[in-house]
Amino acid sequence: MRSGAARFEANAATRDPAWVKATILTVSLGFFALFLLLPLIAVFVEALRRGWDVYLAALAEPDALSAIQLTLLIACIAVPLNLVFGVAAAWAITKFDFPGKQLLITFIDLPFSVSPVIAGLVFVLVFGAQGWLGPWLSAHDIRIIFAVPGMILATVFVTFPFVARELIPLMQAQGREEEEAALVFGASGWHMFTRVTLPNIKWALLYGVILCNARAMGEFGAVSVVSGHIRGQTNTMPLHVEILYNEYQFAAAFAVASLLALLALVTLIVKTYVEWRSAEVEGRGETP
Amino acid sequence: MARVRASRVLPGFGLSLGFTLAYLSLLVLVPLSAVIMRAAGMSLADFWQAVSSPRVVASYRLTFGASLLAAAINTVFGFLLAWSLVRYRFPGKRIVDALVDLPFALPTAVAGISLTALYAKNGWLGQYLEAIGIKVAFTPLGVLVALIFIGLPFVVRTVQPVLEDLDTEVEEAAASLGAKRWQTVRRVVLPALLPALLTGFALAFARAVGEYGSVIFIAGNLPMISEITPLIIITKLEQYDYAGATAVASVMLAASFLLLLAINGLQGWTDRRSAKAP
Repeated sequence: MRSGAARFEANAATRDPAWVKATILTVSLGFFALFLLLPLIAVFVEALRRGWDVYLAALAEPDALSAIQLTLLIACIAVPLNLVFGVAAAWAITKFDFPGKQLLITFIDLPFSVSPVIAGLVFVLVFGAQGWLGPWLSAHDIRIIFAVPGMILATVFVTFPFVARELIPLMQAQGREEEEAALVFGASGWHMFTRVTLPNIKWALLYGVILCNARAMGEFGAVSVVSGHIRGQTNTMPLHVEILYNEYQFAAAFAVASLLALLALVTLIVKTYVEWRSAEVEGRGETP
Repeated sequence: MARVRASRVLPGFGLSLGFTLAYLSLLVLVPLSAVIMRAAGMSLADFWQAVSSPRVVASYRLTFGASLLAAAINTVFGFLLAWSLVRYRFPGKRIVDALVDLPFALPTAVAGISLTALYAKNGWLGQYLEAIGIKVAFTPLGVLVALIFIGLPFVVRTVQPVLEDLDTEVEEAAASLGAKRWQTVRRVVLPALLPALLTGFALAFARAVGEYGSVIFIAGNLPMISEITPLIIITKLEQYDYAGATAVASVMLAASFLLLLAINGLQGWTDRRSAKAP
């Protein structure tokens, strides 16, 4: 990346005058600082405003702990489900030809263009008391809406495309020859997948999982619609932040929020590392 | 013909496609169809009343208006940020580049309370803004600020790769033909970036229209003034007005589908224009 910019700055035809560079950098970095950096810093400053004691007490509180637990539980179910789906979908789409492929890709992307609130609403319409399956569920005493199963479904919905959409372009670019060669040389299907496919896609896979996990742990709108908002039972970390905030317990709200902000930072660090690694692999592939 | 045979050499076609279709249908398509069928089951008069009451119309105006404005602002500043990241060397560039994705990774509720704290009357920014008579938190302006936050990476990440792949030869040719730098940028670079800029704009707009978490904290949620459409859906649900919530949701879904079609078209245009190998 650094060498990339140097290339433009060394070339008289693509070099901007110094005052233009200074102006554009000031405006763009000022905008960046104002709208992205400042909100991030504010989370940590507000969280520690009343000191470490209040901060740690807010995190050790039973309701906060159960919110953390539920958030982890939901992510532990939603992420592997979408991981398996993402690999299966990418395999079918990139390794075979069939009609309607483009439509299938559009459908997989659909949850990204639907408002999170609607993502929650659809499950209320299916499983809620007035929903399609509502009477049957209540007759059998099964609770899905305003309970944990509904929250898991809503999370799976909003995180649905992450893994698939990272894998599809990569596997499309890689083609089918390597897998076909492995089979020709007598590898079993499972062997071919674990020895050839998986090493080729591992970085994109990790990237997709990381993004999927960040969204699963941080989802607010969709989960809020189907949650019963019962403290200690159906509260995830983002919902707990909202409750504390609305009760004017700002330091506690920001304390829980700071954990989510840390998760976001870890996500960005892993993402940067993965991009760096895959760029390196690409660069090595181009040299021979 | 070798292609067809080769494509069936690999195993797992039936299994992977079958699983994909079943999973997609059960978790996404069937639930989404519930909204459409529920809305289709309403009488036209009821539906129209639900989606056209003054309070709902005011929320459309705010949601779509603020989203358009935020996407436009992000297109301008996102372009400048992408330009800085691709064309200039400056200290801390890697960190800036990594943090551009923050709105993708930061939970919306966290962004919401943080922006509210910044722009509230006694906040870091709010105290100065209120001194000169600008109220941001708990006004439509607050909605705009939240939508700018969540939309920025869409523009940067759409424009950045296209700008990186842009052939410098066209700029060299323009310069050697005597074009001033500004003319080169306006006549040569910007037209080449236009599809990417429009795609970024559309993606930021589409995301902003459905946004809920980051907005509700800072908006103040006053009916007719600072109430967004997703909040209307939630309010109707909380009042057990399922039909009304579904009707408004179907209007938003229709808008999302149209935007999705537009974005697909724009992305195809971007790919063709930058002539990247698939």
